Amino acid sequence: MSAVLDLADIAPAFPDPTRGSQAVFRKVMECMARPGVIHDLAFAPDAPQGLDRAAGAVALTLFDFETLIWLDPRLRGGLAEGWIRFHCGPPLTGDPMAAAFALVTDIASAPALTAFNMGDAKYPDRSTTLVIQLPSLEGGPQVVLTGPGIKTEMTLALAGLPDGFWAQVQANHEQFQFGVDFIFVAGDRVTALPRSTRITIKGD
Amino acid sequence: MTARPNEPERYYNYAYLDEQTKRMIRRAILKALAIPGYQAPFGSREMPVPYGWGTGGIQLTAAIIGPDDVYKCIDQGADDTTNAVSIRRFFAQVADVATTEETGEATIIQTRHRIPEKGLTEGQVLVFQVPQPEPLRGLEARETETRAMHAYEEYGLQYVSLYESVAAHGYIASTVGYPTMIEERYLMSPSPIPKFDNPKLGQNPAILLFGAGREKRIYAVPPYTNVRSLDFEDHPFETQTWEEDCALCGAQESYLDEVVLDDSGERMFVCSDSNFCAERRAAGHAGPMAGHQLAALDKEPA
Repeated sequence: MSAVLDLADIAPAFPDPTRGSQAVFRKVMECMARPGVIHDLAFAPDAPQGLDRAAGAVALTLFDFETLIWLDPRLRGGLAEGWIRFHCGPPLTGDPMAAAFALVTDIASAPALTAFNMGDAKYPDRSTTLVIQLPSLEGGPQVVLTGPGIKTEMTLALAGLPDGFWAQVQANHEQFQFGVDFIFVAGDRVTALPRSTRITIKGD
Repeated sequence: MTARPNEPERYYNYAYLDEQTKRMIRRAILKALAIPGYQAPFGSREMPVPYGWGTGGIQLTAAIIGPDDVYKCIDQGADDTTNAVSIRRFFAQVADVATTEETGEATIIQTRHRIPEKGLTEGQVLVFQVPQPEPLRGLEARETETRAMHAYEEYGLQYVSLYESVAAHGYIASTVGYPTMIEERYLMSPSPIPKFDNPKLGQNPAILLFGAGREKRIYAVPPYTNVRSLDFEDHPFETQTWEEDCALCGAQESYLDEVVLDDSGERMFVCSDSNFCAERRAAGHAGPMAGHQLAALDKEPA
């Protein structure tokens, strides 16, 4: 972690933080309430250094001094870390178990889901929310979603997930009320997957 | 719909709450949606109305509302009661939103103790004001104990309570705040809505958010979620019914309030949902007392 921020390197965030974060939150809330629905955050500002616009928008909207953030090692010490530290001011942690949010840009090399905080029996809301940046939210292997927020079923075809990831998500759902929750981002787009969603892998 | 004022000067932050408070509430909303029926704690702030006047609902609305929203606020189903009018004016002033009384037109509906008669749609959020979020509080006073009961899904006490009601009255006597089970996991208080509204909680297309300001809890029922009102095989859950129709609009399927009219015991039954009743009357429906002075379709003075 660098000690001093060079402000010349810090890109701007929302031109109007109040309206901007409200608009992003409503999309993210719709995503979390309706798993599998994809929303567009094209109105959000550019984010630096390999961080997609939607990933940056989610960070600006939800991170602050109250949230311990686990940053992907690829983002550590770079412009993205400086941008998040300047605009959100969150404490960073290297311990996934302690993190309120994890910002993951390389899911293949990230810790297993069980390394993150699954919540407490009495306070399952204390679990980690993983914000996972992918190359695309479409075109990958299909999974079928059912559960709260879904009328009949939804199909999701996230690209760029490592083998065995969906089995981990299934195991995460099996231990409800414990579990992590997911916000997937790619480019300008966002979707979410709460722990309450049942996953069926196509071809199983 | 009334136009938004678009005041150039603002003495408070947009939607009254500061940005950090809104972020904290937003994070709690996301976790509440991820764990349907679970009561997520949040740092409830002091609001410009007393506890019991909707501080939880107001904070939820303030955290989600934006200038493109259309806001409706009802109290016991009515748009024209003191609590509803003042909260609606509050958000028109601090959040520059358009307000409406029409259920179908609103994107955010804040409610005290009713669910509108007209079916909600996918674009809508229903925000409940909750005095006591803990369904087990009347049976167990300690928060540490009720939290453990939720954690270990230990809901036997609730069934004992319902059984005692059957033993004493011959039926389950609870009529408001009737306990519900969310996705067969979390016992949830539906807030003091009449049990007439309980069936609307399940498989609803809208997002249902519940806020308790004094008790500092947020919980949620996502759209299309399974909600079961507790009952017994030999005492199935039933909603209220009335022998009367609405005296003003003649509705037979809506929730009716009994209104005493004079000292001699004259009374009428009218829809508690004022917008539902007004729309029916505007469409030509008439009840037995349609000529009564209370039937006049007055709009709230601007």
